[in-house]
Amino acid sequence: MTPELKGFLLLAVLKMLVVFTVVLVGVAMLTLMERKVSAWMQNRRGPNRVGWAGLLQPAADGVKNIVKEETFPAEANTVLFILAPAMMFIPALCLAAVIPWAAPLPVNFDWNLPLIGYVSHHGPMSMAVADLPIGFLFVLAVSSLSVYGIAIAGWSSNSKYSLLGGLRSSAQMISYEVAMGMSLVPVLLLTGNSTFTEVIRAQQQGIWFSASLTLSFFVFLVAGLAETNRLPFDLPEAESELIAGYHTEYSAMKFSLFMIGEYANMITVSAMLATLFFGGWDLPGRWDEGGTGLATLLTGVAMFLKTFFFLFFFMWIRWSLPRFRYDQLMALGWKFLIPLALTYILVVCVAVWGIENVAGITSPKVRGLILFGLNVVACYVVFFILDRGRLLSGSYRRQAPAGVRG
Amino acid sequence: MSTRTVEMALATPGLDAQGRPNRLPLMAVSGTSDDEFGAEHMLVNIGPQHPATHGVLRLVLELEGETVIRCIPHIGYLHSGFEKLGEYRHYNQIIPLTDRTDYLSPMANNVCLALAAEKLMGIEITERCRVLRVIACEMSRIISHLVWLGTTGIDLGAFTPFLWSFYQRERIYNLQEAWTGARLTTSLTRVGGMMADVPEGWEAGLRDFCQTFPKTLDEVDTMFTRNSIWCGRTQNVGILSAEEAISYSLSGPMLRASGVDYDVRKDRPYLGYETYDFDVPVGEHGDIYDRYRVRLEEMYQSNRILEQALDRLGRLKGAPLNTSDHRAILPPKSQAMSDMEAMIHHFKQVMEGVPAPAGEAYMGVENPKGELGYYFVADGTAKPVRWRIRPPSFINLACLPKLCEGALLSDVIAINASVDIVMGEIDR
Repeated sequence: MTPELKGFLLLAVLKMLVVFTVVLVGVAMLTLMERKVSAWMQNRRGPNRVGWAGLLQPAADGVKNIVKEETFPAEANTVLFILAPAMMFIPALCLAAVIPWAAPLPVNFDWNLPLIGYVSHHGPMSMAVADLPIGFLFVLAVSSLSVYGIAIAGWSSNSKYSLLGGLRSSAQMISYEVAMGMSLVPVLLLTGNSTFTEVIRAQQQGIWFSASLTLSFFVFLVAGLAETNRLPFDLPEAESELIAGYHTEYSAMKFSLFMIGEYANMITVSAMLATLFFGGWDLPGRWDEGGTGLATLLTGVAMFLKTFFFLFFFMWIRWSLPRFRYDQLMALGWKFLIPLALTYILVVCVAVWGIENVAGITSPKVRGLILFGLNVVACYVVFFILDRGRLLSGSYRRQAPAGVRG
Repeated sequence: MSTRTVEMALATPGLDAQGRPNRLPLMAVSGTSDDEFGAEHMLVNIGPQHPATHGVLRLVLELEGETVIRCIPHIGYLHSGFEKLGEYRHYNQIIPLTDRTDYLSPMANNVCLALAAEKLMGIEITERCRVLRVIACEMSRIISHLVWLGTTGIDLGAFTPFLWSFYQRERIYNLQEAWTGARLTTSLTRVGGMMADVPEGWEAGLRDFCQTFPKTLDEVDTMFTRNSIWCGRTQNVGILSAEEAISYSLSGPMLRASGVDYDVRKDRPYLGYETYDFDVPVGEHGDIYDRYRVRLEEMYQSNRILEQALDRLGRLKGAPLNTSDHRAILPPKSQAMSDMEAMIHHFKQVMEGVPAPAGEAYMGVENPKGELGYYFVADGTAKPVRWRIRPPSFINLACLPKLCEGALLSDVIAINASVDIVMGEIDR
C-alpha cells in the first residue's frame, strides 16, 4: 500500500468518525431543539430541568431509553421486529457521508506512524466523507431504503395500527420519491453532473438554484417533508388515529432508533436543500481555489446555518399545520407535484436550449438570471392562476356561518 | 361469512328473541369485500384507550382498506349511576353529582339543576342571582368550547392551538377557583340562590379576561379557518342535513351547524337571556367545518354576554343574592346562631331537606354541548322519586355511526371530535 493510499484511508476514517459523531450529537440536540421550538410557539418553557436550560435533556432521555424494558408483542415476528429499527436507522446515517460540509481543506503531511508506517497526503481534501460520482442519486437510492424499515416494523409488530401505519408509509414514500426524483432533473440539466461538488460549483458560477429553479425547490421541499414523515405528512404515525403508527409496539432503545432515524433523515434533507438549492457551503467570493483553513471554517459555518434554517423550518411547519388525510396526501403527490415536476422539466429544457442555442448566451450568471425571471412568471401561473387558491394558498369559499339570528 | 373468533373478546351485548342477553362474536357483517382477492374486512378498536377518543368511548370499526363500513360505539366504561344516586339525595345534595356529569362545564350543570328544582318548588330567585348564573353558564360555554377547539386541533394534527386555548381555559379556571374554591367540582348553585357571591375584585379579573381572550380566538382563527389543510379535512366531511339532525334529536352546535335555528336561550328563554344582546350562529352545510365555525362564533357571542352581565352586576352591587325565603335556602350563619326561627329553618333543612310539592318539572338549558335537561318527579318529600338527565352528548353521539359510514379512518377521528362528547355525561 502506498503512503498516499494510507493517508487517504486515514483521513477517510477520521472524517467518518467526525461525521458520525456530529450527526448523532446533532440528532440528540435536535430532539431538544424540537421541544424548545414547540415550547416557544406554544407559550411554554420546554425542558429546563436537566442541565443548564435543559441542555442535558437528550442525555437523560438516552439513558432512560437504554435502561427501559424492551418489550416484544407475543405474536410478533421477532427477527424482523428487531431488524426493522436498524433498517430505518442505518440508511439515515449513511446519507450524511456524501454531503460536502465545507470548502475543501488543504492537508499536507508526511508522517511515519507506528503500526501503519509511512502516510502522506498533499493537496486539498474534500470535506465530504465520500464525494461519490453518483452524488444525489445515491441519496435518493439510500433514503428510499428506510421505507423497508417502516413497512417491516408495521408488519412484524402484528398489530392493526402498526400495519396500517406501515402500509400508509410505504405508499406515501414511494409516491413522493417519484416527485422528489423528478424535481432534481432540472438541477441535473443545469449542472450536467450529479455530484454535490459540481452542483455547488454550478451555483457559484451562476446563481443559487433556489432562484433559478424555484419550482424544483418547492417540489423538493414538499417531497422532503413527506420523506421524513413529518407533519403535515406524518400519516404513518398519525398519533390521533393510529396511536403511534408503525412504532406503536416498540419500546426503549428500539423506539429511539426510529426517532434517531427520523431526525437524521431531517438533517440529510435539510443539508440537501441547502446544497442543491442554496449553494451548499458557498459564500459570496471565491473560497474553493487554494483553500485555507479559514475558508473551510467559514464555509462550514455557512453550511451549518443554512441547514439549521431548514431544520428550524421543518419544526416551524410541524407545530403550525394540521395533518393531511391519506387520500388528500396521495392526491397532492400524484395529481399536483408529479405533473408540476414533469411540466417544469419540460419548461427548463426548452428554456436552457433556447438560451444557449437561440439567444447564444453562455454566461451561467446571465442564464441564471433569465431563468429567475422565467420562474417568477411560472410561480405566479402555478400558485395564482392554475391553483386558484384551491390547494396551496389558504382559501375558502364560505367565510361566515350562513345565518345569524340577532 | 368471516369467522374471526379472535373477535369474541369484542362481543357486543344484545338481546335474543326471548329477551335474554346474548353475547355473539362481533364479526364483519359483510365478511369479505367484493374485489377479486376476497380480502377480509378488518375490525379495528378505537378506544376505550386511544389518543383520540375523548374519554373512554370505544368505537369498533369495520374497515375495508381505510374505508369504514360500519362503526359501533360502545359506551358504559364510565358508568357512575348518577340518576339512581340522585334518588337518595336532597335536591341540594344532587348538585355535586351534576359537577361530575359533563365535567367540562360543571357550573352550567349546577345552574340547570338549581333551575329545575326551583321550577319544581316554585321559587323565585333574585336578579343578582340570575346575572351571576348567566355569568357561570357563559364561562362554562367558553371553557367547554376551548377544550373542544384544542382537542379537535390535536385530533387533526395541529398541536399548537391546543395549548393556546388551554392557556385561556386556565384563566377561567382560576376565576372559577376564586369564586367557588374548586376548579372542577364547583357545586356553585343552591336551590334558591348561590353557594357564594363572587369575591372582592373578581369582576375586574373577568373583565380583563373578556377583553384579552378574543385575541386567542383570532389567532386560532388565523391558524385554521383559511388553512387549506384544515378546510380539506373538515369541509364536506360528516355531513348531516337539517332533517336528519332533527330526526336524530340533536341539539346545540351540532344542530345549528346543520342549519336549524334552535337555541334554548332564544326559544325558551331562562335567566333573562331574552334581555341580553347576542347572536346565534347557524351553519349551512352541516359538516365539521360548520360545526367548527359555529362553536368559534359562539365563544365570541358568550364573550359579549359576559360583558353585558358584568355591566349589570356592577349596577346590582349590594343587591341580595339569595331568595329571602329561608324555608328554601339556608339563612346566614350569623342569624342561625342568634335567631330562633332561623335556627329552626337551618336545622330542618340540614336534617330533612327542602320538600318539593308532588309533581314533576323539566328544565332544559342551552349547555355548551346542546340542550341539557333535568327532569324531576317529586312525591312531596325532600328527595326526588326520579331524576332523569337529558344528556346532550349521549343524544348527539347517536348520529356517529351514520356519519362514519363510508368515511375514511382519519375522518372518523375528525367526526368523533366534531360531535363534542364527554363521557361522564354519556354514561352518567
